[in-house]
Amino acid sequence: MMDLRELYQDIILDHGRHPRNFRSIEHPTHTAKGHNPLCGDRVTVYLSLDGDRIADVSFEGRGCAISTAAASLMTEVLKGKTLAEAQALFAQFHAKVTGGDVNTLPEALEEDAERLDPLTGVKAYPARVKCATLPWHAFEAALKGGAAEPVKTE
Amino acid sequence: MNDLAGIKPRAALDPQALRRQFPIYQNNPGLVFLDSGASAQKPAVVIDGVAEFYRRDYANVHRGVYRLSQRSTDAFEVGREKTRAFLNAADEREIVFVRGATEAINLVAQSWGPAFVKAGDEIIVSDLEHHSNFVPWQMLCERVGARLVVAPTEASGGFDLAAFEALLSPRTKMVAVTHVSNVTGAIVPVERIVELAHAKGAKVLVDGCQAIPRMPVDVRAIGCDFYVFSGHKAYGPSGIGVLWGRYELLAAMPPWQTGGGMITQVTLEKTEFQDPPHRFEAGTPDISGAMGLGLALDFIEGLGREAIRDHEEILTGYAIDLLSRIPGLNLLPGGQRRLSVLSFNLDSIHPHDVGTVLDQHGVAVRVGHHCAQPLMDKLGIAGTVRASLGVYNDRDDIDALAAAVEACREMFSK
Repeated sequence: MMDLRELYQDIILDHGRHPRNFRSIEHPTHTAKGHNPLCGDRVTVYLSLDGDRIADVSFEGRGCAISTAAASLMTEVLKGKTLAEAQALFAQFHAKVTGGDVNTLPEALEEDAERLDPLTGVKAYPARVKCATLPWHAFEAALKGGAAEPVKTE
Repeated sequence: MNDLAGIKPRAALDPQALRRQFPIYQNNPGLVFLDSGASAQKPAVVIDGVAEFYRRDYANVHRGVYRLSQRSTDAFEVGREKTRAFLNAADEREIVFVRGATEAINLVAQSWGPAFVKAGDEIIVSDLEHHSNFVPWQMLCERVGARLVVAPTEASGGFDLAAFEALLSPRTKMVAVTHVSNVTGAIVPVERIVELAHAKGAKVLVDGCQAIPRMPVDVRAIGCDFYVFSGHKAYGPSGIGVLWGRYELLAAMPPWQTGGGMITQVTLEKTEFQDPPHRFEAGTPDISGAMGLGLALDFIEGLGREAIRDHEEILTGYAIDLLSRIPGLNLLPGGQRRLSVLSFNLDSIHPHDVGTVLDQHGVAVRVGHHCAQPLMDKLGIAGTVRASLGVYNDRDDIDALAAAVEACREMFSK
């Protein structure tokens, strides 16, 4: 039973209940929808890029505590990052939750990566990994030009 | 004094003793399995019977001249006869073996459908339907230019007979309804639906997936035209299912899939097809599945379908009573008559979070939309937590569920 509190750490419950940056952006430069058909979770990610830098990022949608917290934490760490930094953070996060090879990040990003660590508890719950990665996949889809079809976590 | 002689009391089920017949419990000590609505566990008599069949009597069926093939064919056809008897169907040629209820409905929609449904006709389904009794009809309507009409449930969760009657018209060609809802456990008044539909000349298909494992079903008493179910929900193997159809309807339906085993003569120019049921059983069938289904139906009959219904009805009532007392728990209504399937939401906690917490307490439930998105949309919810019962469940399981739900509430209320 100890695992459960590792999955639902206080920070997850907090962000799940009170998500940060839970709003739309009026004129986003990029946006995309994410959909997890398994549980019906839906998320829309909005981005406002200033050149290569993420000036603003937000999300809307409905989902479980894990996906809501993942989206909330994602928006917090992504704000102000360059696209290259964002990709590096996602790559490491993805590897941590799926059990892949974890890349080393530049020192400047380490603190942000650590902020995402509470979510890595999903690794022990294969059915829930997609909840944690859904907003990130939507973020990637937004950068690729906002696919007409919602990106699916399949 | 009343003379009670001759009235045989029903033997009540003993779930604790029954669990000893289900090896899954020996291999998963402490398991609280409340997902029989998705698929039931298998008794040893089915598991061992299928294994023994492979060890002793297996060969391909039909047209084998050797004795082993004849034994295998006999075992396969015994499964058919047992299924006929179980449904009280008139004729074993009315029993078509398919992969499951989904395939059975697709067969009717794709074979009977285009032959008998024309542009401007209507097909009625209820808003309780599983996607498998919804999408095939939606596709048929798109294909032939017919209209799909959805019969609503009442706010109380029961099937709305008056609304249904108002939707019926001479344009109605098919009414496809579930017997017991896989989301709310509502028992649908299929006998009355058949009367009303037949009065307008419409055919009726009943999805019996949730009814077959837990209540008496007599297709001739119901009066429907097609009845379908899946073996795996009835303690049988997965991969076997049944389409029962009135013989004259099956005989008027064109083949669905074609190939070996379903023809009488093939020439380069033309093929003649067998009569039902073989016309609809192209290729090597699920031989051990049909045989194992027969064993599962024997198992159910051995316990007694009325005894199973009584047991699950009482347990359903107990669960409703207990769950209703949990603050913040919102139980979906299932009408006046409901059986064995309960869906609920807990405060604003997402069903997947509830499911994960329950799993950590050893309680296996299903979460999500339960392949009933139209119903979820109507109720304005993304999904539910669903507990469903089997013969092996008892009050301890419901107590464990309630305790785990309380623990979940506590965790998320911090």
